[in-house]
Amino acid sequence: MSQPSISKSMTIGESGLAVVFAVTAFLCVIASAKALDAPFAFHAALSAAASVAAVFFIVNRYFERPAALPPQEINGRPNYNMGPIKFASFMAMFWGIAGFLVGLIIASQLAWPALNFDLPWISFGRLRPLHTSAVIFAFGGNVLIATSFYVVQKSCRARLAGDLAPWFVVLGYNFFILIAGTGYLLGVTQGKEYAEPEWYSDLWLTIVWVVYLLVFLVTVIKRKEPHIFVANWFYLAFIVTIAVLHLGNNPALPVSVFGSKSYVAWGGIQDAMFQWWYGHNAVGFFLTAGFLAIMYYFIPKRADRPIYSYRLSIIHFWALIFLYIWAGPHHLHYTALPDWTQTLGMTFSIMLWMPSWGGMINGLMTLSGAWDKLRTDPVLRMLVVSVAFYGMSTFEGPMMSIKVVNSLSHYTDWTIGHVHSGALGWVGFVSFGALYCLVPWAWNRKGLYSLKLVNWHFWIATLGIVLYISAMWVSGILQGLMWRAYTSLGFLEYSFIETVEAMHPFYIIRAAGGGLFLIGSLIMAYNLWMTVRVGEQEVQLPVALQPAE
Amino acid sequence: MKAILTVHNLASDLVTTIWTPVFVAIFLAIIAYAFWPRNKAAFDKAAHLPLREE
Repeated sequence: MSQPSISKSMTIGESGLAVVFAVTAFLCVIASAKALDAPFAFHAALSAAASVAAVFFIVNRYFERPAALPPQEINGRPNYNMGPIKFASFMAMFWGIAGFLVGLIIASQLAWPALNFDLPWISFGRLRPLHTSAVIFAFGGNVLIATSFYVVQKSCRARLAGDLAPWFVVLGYNFFILIAGTGYLLGVTQGKEYAEPEWYSDLWLTIVWVVYLLVFLVTVIKRKEPHIFVANWFYLAFIVTIAVLHLGNNPALPVSVFGSKSYVAWGGIQDAMFQWWYGHNAVGFFLTAGFLAIMYYFIPKRADRPIYSYRLSIIHFWALIFLYIWAGPHHLHYTALPDWTQTLGMTFSIMLWMPSWGGMINGLMTLSGAWDKLRTDPVLRMLVVSVAFYGMSTFEGPMMSIKVVNSLSHYTDWTIGHVHSGALGWVGFVSFGALYCLVPWAWNRKGLYSLKLVNWHFWIATLGIVLYISAMWVSGILQGLMWRAYTSLGFLEYSFIETVEAMHPFYIIRAAGGGLFLIGSLIMAYNLWMTVRVGEQEVQLPVALQPAE
Repeated sequence: MKAILTVHNLASDLVTTIWTPVFVAIFLAIIAYAFWPRNKAAFDKAAHLPLREE
């Protein structure tokens, strides 16, 4: 590489971003000094430190790098950018274990309330949003960012757009998680389920998310592959819709720019409607569309079979887009929400059976001709079982949205069971499967350290899920039936505390199930760590020796 | 002012009424696109996309 040396200079992005972060650091120090409450001061100081670190990172990276930026292609083949993918994969595993652990702690607190030790920071009310955000946004979000950056590059045959931008996305997103998570422990929350972070975290996430959208979109625009693969459609829908939901649900007026507390713009039932429009579509577009993109790329790849029906995948996509956005009101059955709106939400939820099951069939049938691989490849088994759980929980969900069913299930543990059959079975397993594929690919390894350990992970986690969801089903229906039981004289048969007492054994079983799921994830982390540490390097054939396609 | 309000109401009534058939038409067009016989070859090729990349 004896090219004539080009004079090295900072790109506009490097110098501009360094200046922006330097100014941000200065402003954050002021905000920290003038803060009205301790958590805000802490967060401002944390942001100042992170901004200084960002300036250092940018400048140091500039001095370390060669004069020319990485080329788009090397020898006619795309020069894929794996750095941010590796980071997001690592963070996914880290947050996954943290989130499952906090889940186990709060499950145990429900069984044995003394476990909160009367400390406000680890009380159920603060740890519960920490658990949900850690598993959904920290674990799931990092899996989605890592896989989307991988899939969009590979299926577009183009290097990821931007130089610093992809790093800004992965680092900025994880910093958002840090601010949100520490905020919950310190009691900072706007009290909206799955949208607990306060106004300043929301603003930061907006910036990060717009950059994420741009990186993804520009990569798609500069693609070498004429067709935009269906997984990219699902990823794009996920990114765009989450942006819209986030902005729609979170407009808030801070009490002071130097304080953490804010008031949401929406009031009363409009606020509730916005909240569940957001909440349910976070399920539909974060936990479904994004992970369906994983299904459409990783299952064909791992099974070495084409997508069963590409036509069905197109209809699957558009039917989800047209239907999901209306399903939110089913979270507000028998409330002050107008009756017609509730019925509308229920109707659209039931219509969602069609695309959900169409998608499930498409994922499962992709294995036609390769079913025998389920015996030998536990990673593929994990991916396929996740699709089965997708079908099961998307059958259960619309059923629970039917008003008469909801009158029994709502506010009971049945909802918790339903959510976890989707979260552990579908989102968890499809993420595990994707990471088991992605880590060897991104680190250029021949394969995983141990398929035997994957097998152990699969069975331990599956047993955990079964214990979890069956305990919650029984507990939920028992709870619902006890609440509506009357004596012959028309009095309620059970006091509330009697129903709580009846839950106790099921809470212990649930905690045991969660514990098994956590053990599985620890086995996984060890396996992935060893894959990176001691895994055999994949031999890259020189281009001239590549077999003709 | 009153005329403007009337036009606005008319426009908003029209939009709120018409979007249902418009969305249904768009969705039917998508289904037609998915099942159009001439697109089959391209879709079959696309189904193999993850398998033939670099």
